[in-house]
Amino acid sequence: MTRDELRAQTLEALGGIAPEADLAGLRGDIALRDQLDLDSMDFLNFLVAVHQRTGVEIPEADYGKLATFDQLVAYLARKTGAA
Amino acid sequence: MPDFLMPSLGADMDRGTILHWYKQPGDRIERGEIVVLVDTDKAEIEVESFGAGWLDEVLVREGETVPVGAAIARIRSGEAAGEEAAPGTVPPPPPVAPIAPAAPIAKPAKPPPTPARVAPSGAPRIHASPLARRRAADLGVDLATVTGSGPEGAITREDVERAATQPTAAPTAPAPAPPRAAARGDKQASMRSAIAAAMERAHREIPQYYLATRVDLSRALAWLAEQNASRPIAERVLPVALFLKAVAKAALEVPEVNGFWRAGAFVPGEGVHVGVIVSLRQGGILAPALHEVSRKSVTELFAEFRDLVARARAGKLRSSEVSGGTITVTSLGDQGVETVYGVIMPPQVALVGFGRVSEQPFAEHGLLGVKPVVEITLTADHRASDGHRGGRFLSAVARLLQTPESL
Repeated sequence: MTRDELRAQTLEALGGIAPEADLAGLRGDIALRDQLDLDSMDFLNFLVAVHQRTGVEIPEADYGKLATFDQLVAYLARKTGAA
Repeated sequence: MPDFLMPSLGADMDRGTILHWYKQPGDRIERGEIVVLVDTDKAEIEVESFGAGWLDEVLVREGETVPVGAAIARIRSGEAAGEEAAPGTVPPPPPVAPIAPAAPIAKPAKPPPTPARVAPSGAPRIHASPLARRRAADLGVDLATVTGSGPEGAITREDVERAATQPTAAPTAPAPAPPRAAARGDKQASMRSAIAAAMERAHREIPQYYLATRVDLSRALAWLAEQNASRPIAERVLPVALFLKAVAKAALEVPEVNGFWRAGAFVPGEGVHVGVIVSLRQGGILAPALHEVSRKSVTELFAEFRDLVARARAGKLRSSEVSGGTITVTSLGDQGVETVYGVIMPPQVALVGFGRVSEQPFAEHGLLGVKPVVEITLTADHRASDGHRGGRFLSAVARLLQTPESL
């Protein structure tokens, strides 16, 4: 999966969690939970969806490093070798 | 003959609109089967059967609105598929909905109809369908003044409605109901109204007291992290599951916080069914209940909670889930809130609030350290419990969270 495909898959997963959000205006450098008003359950469901779409295992210990969209995509790219 | 009644699907519901009948007259209904889709002021709820039988007659058509407790269908067998209403009486609050208010929160413009009334002994018998009788009660029409057009002169629903439009036929007709806020496009406003009614009732009727305690979550979070490390992501558990379980077990120790205040007395809950406040992305809240929380494992509990939240937000709750809470839990930690001073959901007698988990200086055994700490609050009904017992409850929650492996 390329980096662009990872971005697209992550965006789609996000759309499933926050269907009302304007993802076109999403900032990659601001915490997702703050931008989209995600709670813990939303964030867990989002990461589950990302895992299902990309196959990337995301240990709980890494959650803290994945606050923004850019951080998450970079993380996925590293894990899949798409970087 | 047993009737299937419009259930109370939460303390803030006083009426419901039939959206869709999943069953038709003549259909078999099994216990637990979804029978009808009801629109409350807050959500669309699938109402399940609480017994087995055959649907004999639909009394309220799709699109119609009736008060809680009104008969909406007739069940043929002796075993009720809904609630059994004694003929000629206003039905009691459904047992499946113990948080149903004893009286409607927002008083309807007209009293609840008496479903399927039977003519008293000695009175001339009027040949009318149950639906026609109920509509007559709804509209304030005296059946004795109505001419039937049905088989053998039976009075039909249409006859009643026609009579209701005649000035002389309904001299005692009540004032028209206020515009229903629950118009489909006005769901937000109606949800706000429903919440307002429940909260007004809470503040008007309940002498609430508030207690708070800070709890060190080091052990609980370490145990949870260890559990989650070996689980696939879809099976990981969030701390809220520990909170829910600790609340339920503490409620067994201090039963005065688990139940209802009804008719001037405390009624203990049968089992611990924890209502959870779920905020909706479009605004508003729901309080569906997780049942028998004290008997479930943390893993089971979280799986149910996750499913419940997802369906609450998707508008796919079932009647057994939107009612029956014996105590409520709310958590605002995700919003950065340190301390929650909540409002009880009447007729319950307690609400437990969880703030955010944050690292704080915390002294224990003479040693000061930085620990993950949460502030837990109890809002309780002083009619049902005193501060001493409320304090015991909070202490129990705090103690139980120190041994997460035994939750």
